[in-house]
Amino acid sequence: MGKKSSSASSGYWKANLRLVVKLLAVWFFVSFGLGIFLADFLNQFRIGGYPLGFFFAQQGSIYVFVALIFVYVHKMDALDAKYCTPDAEADKAP
Amino acid sequence: MSTQTWTYLVVGASFALYLGIAYWARASSTKDFYVAGGSVSPIANGMATAADWMSAASFISLAGIIGFMGYDASAYLMGWTGGYVLLALLLAPYLRKFGKFTVPEFIGERYYSKTARLVAVVCLIVASITYVIGQMKGVGVAFSRFLQVPYEIGVMAGMAIVFFYAVLGGMKGITYTQIAQYCVLIFAYTVPAIFISLTLTGMPLPQLGLGATMADGSGTFLLERLDQVVTDLGFAQYTAHKGTHLNMALLTASLMIGTAGLPHVIIRFFTVPKVSDARKSAGWALIFIAILFTTAPGVGAMARLNLHQTVQSGPVGSPEGNLEYAQRPQWFKNWEITGLLVFEDKNDDGRIQYYDDKNPKFTATAESYGWLGNELTTVDRDIMALANPEIANLPRWVIALVAAGGLAAALSTAAGLLLAIASAISHDLLKGMLRPEISEKQELRASRISMAVAILLAGYLGLNPPGFAAQVVALAFGLAASSLFPALMMGIFSTRINRPGAILGMLAGLGSTLLYIFLYKGWFFVPGTNLLVDNPQGWICGIAPASFGVIGAMANFAVAFTVSRFTEPPPEGVRRLILRLREPSIN
Repeated sequence: MGKKSSSASSGYWKANLRLVVKLLAVWFFVSFGLGIFLADFLNQFRIGGYPLGFFFAQQGSIYVFVALIFVYVHKMDALDAKYCTPDAEADKAP
Repeated sequence: MSTQTWTYLVVGASFALYLGIAYWARASSTKDFYVAGGSVSPIANGMATAADWMSAASFISLAGIIGFMGYDASAYLMGWTGGYVLLALLLAPYLRKFGKFTVPEFIGERYYSKTARLVAVVCLIVASITYVIGQMKGVGVAFSRFLQVPYEIGVMAGMAIVFFYAVLGGMKGITYTQIAQYCVLIFAYTVPAIFISLTLTGMPLPQLGLGATMADGSGTFLLERLDQVVTDLGFAQYTAHKGTHLNMALLTASLMIGTAGLPHVIIRFFTVPKVSDARKSAGWALIFIAILFTTAPGVGAMARLNLHQTVQSGPVGSPEGNLEYAQRPQWFKNWEITGLLVFEDKNDDGRIQYYDDKNPKFTATAESYGWLGNELTTVDRDIMALANPEIANLPRWVIALVAAGGLAAALSTAAGLLLAIASAISHDLLKGMLRPEISEKQELRASRISMAVAILLAGYLGLNPPGFAAQVVALAFGLAASSLFPALMMGIFSTRINRPGAILGMLAGLGSTLLYIFLYKGWFFVPGTNLLVDNPQGWICGIAPASFGVIGAMANFAVAFTVSRFTEPPPEGVRRLILRLREPSIN
């Protein structure tokens, strides 16, 4: 493995880790935060007929999960395109 | 046409469709059999994953659990969907990049150890068998309603069909059948939900109906009405939290990481052509899953409201407020035959009183009404989704459709689980360890035989289930969460975790979780052998057995890190394997 491509790979891996950590923070906050630990507090507010905490626990968190995966898909495709130079590809061939 | 005729017709037609597809797409090589040739498009795989994933528990039990538990059931909703975020971000793309057939195969190569592979096989089999029990229970419920036969015969009929089906399919057949099954199950789930939502709230989408006002012109929100109706009968408020935050958070976390660690779901991501497809596919899978999972809360709440309003047809407390047993509707009689709905006239007034007689605060009120105990002595939660269209007086073909949908959900998941079990035994155990010299043809035959053994065992346990279908399934999640997920994740994200660390970690996770579950559910689920009482008072720190998976996972991580720290790092070849998984790829 060439030096150039391994530093490119490690840049890719670090960018990937940063992205994953950010997305998981949102994932955790929406489900465990808004859906569970803050639910009793949020239930004093309403969205339509839904108490807000109840809404996040039974509807809102699921919509956010879907959005998170598609953000990840798009960002990773962009990262792949950025780091996947022909050089790196050649290194990877068996 | 009668409901019975419609049901035979619709279920018969759906079975003919599956068998036709399974025959058309039968496997001719081990690559076909294990990963459908690796050529499934991400959207198609997403749909198949959704069917694989959404089991009898999702289709049959979820709405019932939500209906009876209210807010507290949100752990299942968030747990069974949130896990896909973990799967997409932490496992699926890397395991696809690894590019082999089974989950134990990855663990075996990453930890350069046949023992690690064997431990993974054991974890996989224990988790999958536990999970398949829930499917058997679901099939039994659906069949007993559909064929009007006792539950036991329903389970056996289900076993026969699932067996035939899984053997014919292989991953290739299973994939295309699951796509058809997804269409059947989602149609069957949403159609009655839309009807019921329209009737009760005037809103076609149950997601909106649940947050809307009642259509009776009262201007009351549906959830407010439901809170009122259930608290008037002594039950806990629907939208409020009943259990502890800690237990709910642990259960949610256990279900999430269990979801990400379940082998029958992971292997679905081996079937797509590219790494980026594995990520996309996880997103599509969650969209298809979310359609059902955001509908289920509406179905659960509305079914509960309908049930109470049927039985408690007038004001609470007045003698005429309760339904006369002789006047009970047809659906009531249908479900009495199955033994899943039982009435006992405790105060001999010929009317049905359904209320919470376990609530000490409500006892005096109930006595003042002349009620001598709850008279619906059995209301199995599992029947709620299936009985819902009948309770709401929907057209007969809709009722028939629900039977077909429930069976589609149970069959598709059972097939996926059996494939995971069979491939672990034939590919990992037999071909990988015991008899590497066997031919491809012999390997195929071995996987079919191991399916047969698994299904017999699952059928036996299905006849003696340790709890409601969804809760049995929750135990499988605890096992996947505590053993497989940590091993897979550390295998990708750490270059330091080595063979002894991984093996001891998996054993610690699996052992502690099994021990905790057996303490409450009985050794190997044998009734009466439990050492501790399985209720919130008996749980250590209020932690339910189903919530323990995440603690087992922590034990796994801790043991693996500690042991790896004091032992030799993995060899250079393994380090290169890990670095290869972390490289970008556009192919």
